[in-house]
Amino acid sequence: MIATAGNAGPGIRSDCEIILELKSGTGIDIDLASKVKTLYGKSIIKLSEEVLSFYKIKNAKVRINDSGALPFVIAARMEAAIKKLVNNDLGFLPEHIKENRYTTSVDRFRFSRLYLPGNTPSLMLNAGLHSASGIILDLEDSVAPERKDEARILVRNALRQVNFLGAERMVRINRGAMGLKDLQSVIPHNVNLVLIPKCETPGEVINVDREISSIIKRAGIKNPVFLMPIIESALGLENSFSIAKASKNVVAMAIGLEDFTADLGVSRTKEGKESLYARSRLIIAAKAAGKQPIDSVFSDVGDMEGLRQNVLNSKAMGFEGMGCIHPRQIAVINQGFAPDEAEIEKSKKIVSAFKEAGQKGLGVVALGSKMIDLPVVTRAQKNIDLAIRLGKLSKNWIKEISSQEGK
Amino acid sequence: MFNKMKGKTVINAAGRSVPLEINGQPVVPFKGVGKHRPAGVKYAPPIPTCSDYPTDGNKVVSSLAEALQKCGLRSGMTISTHHHLREGDLISNKIFEIASEMGVKDLVWFPSASFPCNDPVIKYLDDGTVNRIEGSMNGPLGRYVSEGKMKGTAVLRSHGGRVQAIQDGEVKIDIAVLSAPSSDSFGNAKGTGGDSACGVLGYAKADALYASRVIVVTDNLVELPCFPMEIEGNYVDYVVVVDKIGIPEKIVSGTTRITKSPDRLLIAELTASFLEKSGILANGIRMQAGAGGTSLAIAVFVHEILKHKGWKSKFGFGGSTKYMVKMLEEGQMGYILDAQAFDLDAVKSVETNPNHVPYSVFNAYNYHSKGNLTSMMDIMILGATEVDLNFNGNVVTHSDGYLLHGIGGWQNCLHARNVILPIPLFRDRIPVIVDEVTTLCGPGELIDVIITERGIAINPLRKDLIKSVKGSGLPLKTIQELKDEAERICGIPERAIFDEKIVAAVKWVDGTVIDVIRKIKT
Repeated sequence: MIATAGNAGPGIRSDCEIILELKSGTGIDIDLASKVKTLYGKSIIKLSEEVLSFYKIKNAKVRINDSGALPFVIAARMEAAIKKLVNNDLGFLPEHIKENRYTTSVDRFRFSRLYLPGNTPSLMLNAGLHSASGIILDLEDSVAPERKDEARILVRNALRQVNFLGAERMVRINRGAMGLKDLQSVIPHNVNLVLIPKCETPGEVINVDREISSIIKRAGIKNPVFLMPIIESALGLENSFSIAKASKNVVAMAIGLEDFTADLGVSRTKEGKESLYARSRLIIAAKAAGKQPIDSVFSDVGDMEGLRQNVLNSKAMGFEGMGCIHPRQIAVINQGFAPDEAEIEKSKKIVSAFKEAGQKGLGVVALGSKMIDLPVVTRAQKNIDLAIRLGKLSKNWIKEISSQEGK
Repeated sequence: MFNKMKGKTVINAAGRSVPLEINGQPVVPFKGVGKHRPAGVKYAPPIPTCSDYPTDGNKVVSSLAEALQKCGLRSGMTISTHHHLREGDLISNKIFEIASEMGVKDLVWFPSASFPCNDPVIKYLDDGTVNRIEGSMNGPLGRYVSEGKMKGTAVLRSHGGRVQAIQDGEVKIDIAVLSAPSSDSFGNAKGTGGDSACGVLGYAKADALYASRVIVVTDNLVELPCFPMEIEGNYVDYVVVVDKIGIPEKIVSGTTRITKSPDRLLIAELTASFLEKSGILANGIRMQAGAGGTSLAIAVFVHEILKHKGWKSKFGFGGSTKYMVKMLEEGQMGYILDAQAFDLDAVKSVETNPNHVPYSVFNAYNYHSKGNLTSMMDIMILGATEVDLNFNGNVVTHSDGYLLHGIGGWQNCLHARNVILPIPLFRDRIPVIVDEVTTLCGPGELIDVIITERGIAINPLRKDLIKSVKGSGLPLKTIQELKDEAERICGIPERAIFDEKIVAAVKWVDGTVIDVIRKIKT
């Protein structure tokens, strides 16, 4: 009985391959080939022995081909190999670091969300450094069908160990039954948001939502788990409003144009004429349901100017964020969706007028001759908060304004 | 006296245990930066006479073997080469093949650097033709040395240290074999022209001046005079014409490339931002950046800042690349002073742009001279395999103890006003910041800033720099904090274990021994 998990070979970094053979009466024999053997050889062997002992394996031959995998990766690969040979539902869990227990809010900004292939550890380690609003550990299209099981374990360990530095922690699950299995594996480890791919009916959202609430109830989890259905077909688009309304946990609606254009039988162009209606329709459905509409990824990672244009169009249409497939796209997207100077100036005026009216006890807020509704104030306040967070505005801007006026 | 010293080690001023004798010659332990005072006069080669050379100036002989024989090649000699042909070099290995056939033993190879293409020399180390290499060693050659297989002890010097050793007579070159992309029959030679152009021959100059015998090997014999000559025929004994001195596409890369790694680009952005916010980057600055992917990205970001502010760098010191050439051509750099051209754009620029000036390392890096260029540079971007909590740097060994790189100009460049090391906090689980460097190549007092993707650490000695970026929003951390962060992610590494046997000595820029490398325990 031999099982293999993980990856090795040229071009593979921060990963390892485990070849496990169960024996009888031979004890544990671990053969380690590693570029970091001098520095971490002993600790790699010790960790491997711990995992084997956790699954009560006493006799085995193990070959480890390591290219600098971190402990949580080695543990995930060992567990995956073992589970191919041994029936056991328990997970060998690395420490859930305290930095990874934060929660997010319904109305937070979701400008950029970075896709990370769920079975590629090298791309996960520094993903948090690039200031994405969200980071998606993807179990769906970027993971080959025969690797789904090991990816699920790796993603679970990454959720516990990799610090994404404040980015919303997202997982894209598979469709249907496999997706529900994904949820069992990842939800107990503080997922902020689940992406539901190729969503076509409200029923799919309800199933996922129900599964999540039963998992979090069982695990005693307090943090909310939000949902972002991705519309990738004509049918999904037709149902988009009811999908958006299917659960209060749906906070955003995304569109996936690669699959959508394939469904229509047309090719995807840079100008995007073929998807103009679909995008508009999705925006309206999302806004009507009070959710954030989120645009598809821009797939030419080399074309930064094209991306910039795309973001500006997207924002002008009403989208509030966009997916990204390369960390270099994040800054362009964040800057594009962030409020610009004119918006900040306008928001400052609205918020100060509102505060002034409050101080004077006025019930109605007016800016010049224009009346201002409360949602407008709320949005202006959001812009201000964001501008402060992005370093575009001083925290004490309101005092600075009054002191300037005082002069 | 010598016998008494044999095997004896002392603790040098950097706290490292070093021998008093290497390869049978007494050496001086490191005394501290700027503390060692040289005495005596410079070395000089034997006086030649014109009466020994053809009056028509034609020094061409039929083969390299003949030239080596005429130069009196024999056992124990020191043979020097330069590394301008880089990975495309077809001549260096040939020398030892000829020597081996002649039955010559115990040569010392003294290259300005070796490359993976020189791995075949291992064969001549094995058969006793070559006793040792005094120069940088990469890959398999480094491994060979680390495993204690080389008969003599390797000596690692910086580019400037190599020139200093030649000038001071620490190393006496018996025969210099200098490949030249163009030469005339008298031996006037240059780095441009022909199929094997490498741009400049900055590393060959000291060899030509100080070697007892000089052979120029070319695949492009031109009419006299070969102009503008970098090597003057008056110093040359023989000229050898061969089909090919090198493989063109391996001599200069067609194009040097900016890193595509998002993490490295982040480091580069952070570096440019640090230079700007600290005020180091200003109109008129003098700067140097290497040809690595991260350095190139920094050069591009710096170029953007200069353009945006309407500033101009007075001059940049090469290795030059197309990115530096672009600054020169677009008016953000006054001159490029250049010791080596890394890509085709740079080679072309040296040939055509009068403000792109070949400049020998002899002038730029030699510590035993009347001042040198490095201390005048405002911005110096360098790398390292390890940096320790005292900011000491290592560039020759990895944390696993293996010798894998040469020093290059690194030690020399540490004398710049602001030495900045943009490096990833860990590489494939290997933390870069350690308690104590495996091999000390540069004292921490000369290293000012470490910039990683997870934060910037400024040397506490640079109070001015710390003050300059206060409140700038840059992610400032202590070096201890950076080390802790890496170890939290990677785990605490064990250290390499060594035997007693010394396999290589690392010289400081003044010729003193700053550290040694010991044999890996296997």
